[in-house]
Amino acid sequence: MRPGTEGAHDRTPTTESLFTARSAGGRRERFVSALLAASAAATVLVTVGLVLTLIFEAGHFLVEVGLLSFLLDSEWTPGFRPARYGILPLLVGTLKVAAIASVVALPIGLLTAIYLSEYADRRARALLKPLLETLAGIPTVVYGYFALIVVTPALRSVLPGIEVFNALSAGIVVGIMIIPMVSSLSEDAFRAVPRSLRDGAFALGATRFEVAWRIVLPAAASGVVAAFILALSRAIGETMIVAIAAGDLAGLSLDPRIATQTMTAYIVQMSLGDTPRGTIEYQSLFAVCMTLFLLTLALNATSQRIVRRFRTVYR
Amino acid sequence: MATIHPIPAGDVPALQTEQLSVYYGSNPALRGIDLTVPRNRVVALIGPSGCGKSTLLRCFNRMNELIPEARVEGTVRFNGEDLYGERVDPVNVRRRIGMVFQRPNPFPRSIFDNVAFGPRINGNTTGLAQTVERALRQAALWDEVRDRLNESAYDLSVGQQQRLCIARTLAVRPEIVLMDEPASALDPIATQRIEELIYELKEDYSILIVTHSLQQAARVSDYTAFLYHGELVEYGPTDLIFTNPVEERTEAYVTGRFG
Ligand SMILES: Nc1ncnc2c1ncn2[C@@H]1O[C@H](COP(=O)(O)OP(=O)(O)O)[C@@H](O)[C@H]1O
Ligand SMILES: [Mg+2]
Repeated sequence: MRPGTEGAHDRTPTTESLFTARSAGGRRERFVSALLAASAAATVLVTVGLVLTLIFEAGHFLVEVGLLSFLLDSEWTPGFRPARYGILPLLVGTLKVAAIASVVALPIGLLTAIYLSEYADRRARALLKPLLETLAGIPTVVYGYFALIVVTPALRSVLPGIEVFNALSAGIVVGIMIIPMVSSLSEDAFRAVPRSLRDGAFALGATRFEVAWRIVLPAAASGVVAAFILALSRAIGETMIVAIAAGDLAGLSLDPRIATQTMTAYIVQMSLGDTPRGTIEYQSLFAVCMTLFLLTLALNATSQRIVRRFRTVYR
Repeated sequence: MATIHPIPAGDVPALQTEQLSVYYGSNPALRGIDLTVPRNRVVALIGPSGCGKSTLLRCFNRMNELIPEARVEGTVRFNGEDLYGERVDPVNVRRRIGMVFQRPNPFPRSIFDNVAFGPRINGNTTGLAQTVERALRQAALWDEVRDRLNESAYDLSVGQQQRLCIARTLAVRPEIVLMDEPASALDPIATQRIEELIYELKEDYSILIVTHSLQQAARVSDYTAFLYHGELVEYGPTDLIFTNPVEERTEAYVTGRFG
């Protein structure tokens, strides 16, 4: 018998009135459905409210500063007179840290995922998976101090030219933080590749490595790329580590050894500082928030698109 | 006890098992199998579902090792050599003993790349185009795909995909081809093509085929093994097994009285 055809035949005819049975359950059903709809609506409202606030405040700021100088000015000096509000230094700082994080997290995360899905036996998995989950569960403030107190001194003992607050240390630790994300999302993509493809390759005399590298990885490529992009987006949004360890120098430099301010770190600085509300300086916060929001939104959308567009449909 | 009918003197053993048992965890799936597969012959494995046919087939190319809970005991010989010997690399075993699966499992890439996969991982890339063409011809698929070698294998019909998987296996030039119900997902016409193909391949290969179709076993095979509950009940020339079996259980099965 085909699965799923059973129920239809086994159902005994009921003698109760269908009408009363339905209306009794109907009231509760309506209540539950209203409750669920209200929760969903609350989520939508909060999101819309947030975005509207952002647009409104950032709009004020942009009208004042001008969109072009916000996008093209090479300096971000809100505290100076005259203040300059070019987002590029913060953007470069953000991307610098994210790039360093990617260099750490993508290869390690990918290799970990390949190991977990193609090589590890049950015992190794039982050891490694909880470890990765722990890594993912550590509060970011702990990572931040780990960067400042452990990684930075270690780096400084190897690379003398490095500043106390620097992009390299923060980037490495952000990378460590997102390894579990890269590995677990990539592993999901690998596990979605059907067993039968691996068997087909093994039966042709492929080694485990050839199966992983030539069959599983290409078949899961879209999922892996999507995982990378999501992790990148997470790295860009990471705040605590950079606020603690990267410093607060907004400069248009790619040097990983110097203090570097990211968009998130600027937002923290501005929110915690004593800048009066309503000033242009204060409103710059929202423009940065808006930029960050659009950037991560674009990355997440790209990741979803890749998954949908390039997903291999197995038969 | 099993009834093993003698194999004619002219037939050279290619594969032999001695007291072969397989366990999944603590559950025995095969018990004490003694079976000889002669060279350039087609041997059919028949028996009710779950009796261990696929498990037995996987012993011959060491695919059971990929199932963590599977354990193999006993001996399997390939041209007299212990297939599970300490110095034997399962990768080499699988290059010499190919396998075609129940459901076509082409790789998500082009027709050409599917067939070229085996030669490529084996480093045999000189004359790759000819190797691919020969394998596709042997699998009786060349005429249908010669103009579309760069199209995705997924664009082929299921029957074509299965012949592609056969071509992919042949491209490695194995000595033995194991087939696990290769036609069970196919329509009657595609099934017939596969059966004709098996008949032709017999010239060059030893073939071990699992089938749930008694008619198919009778049509394509020289020898038939009847398995029941993990045991080999009867093994011998196909016409004997179908027309004049010794074991009562064999007779009951081949006459369709159970199974
Ligand atoms: N991977 C596996 N893990 C555990 N038990 C298995 C596995 N594969 C097969 N078995 C068991 O071994 C027995 C034989 O299975 P199989 O060789 O697939 O039989 P057949 O191919 O004749 O239908 C069955 O009882 C089946 O449940
Ligand atoms: Mg089977």
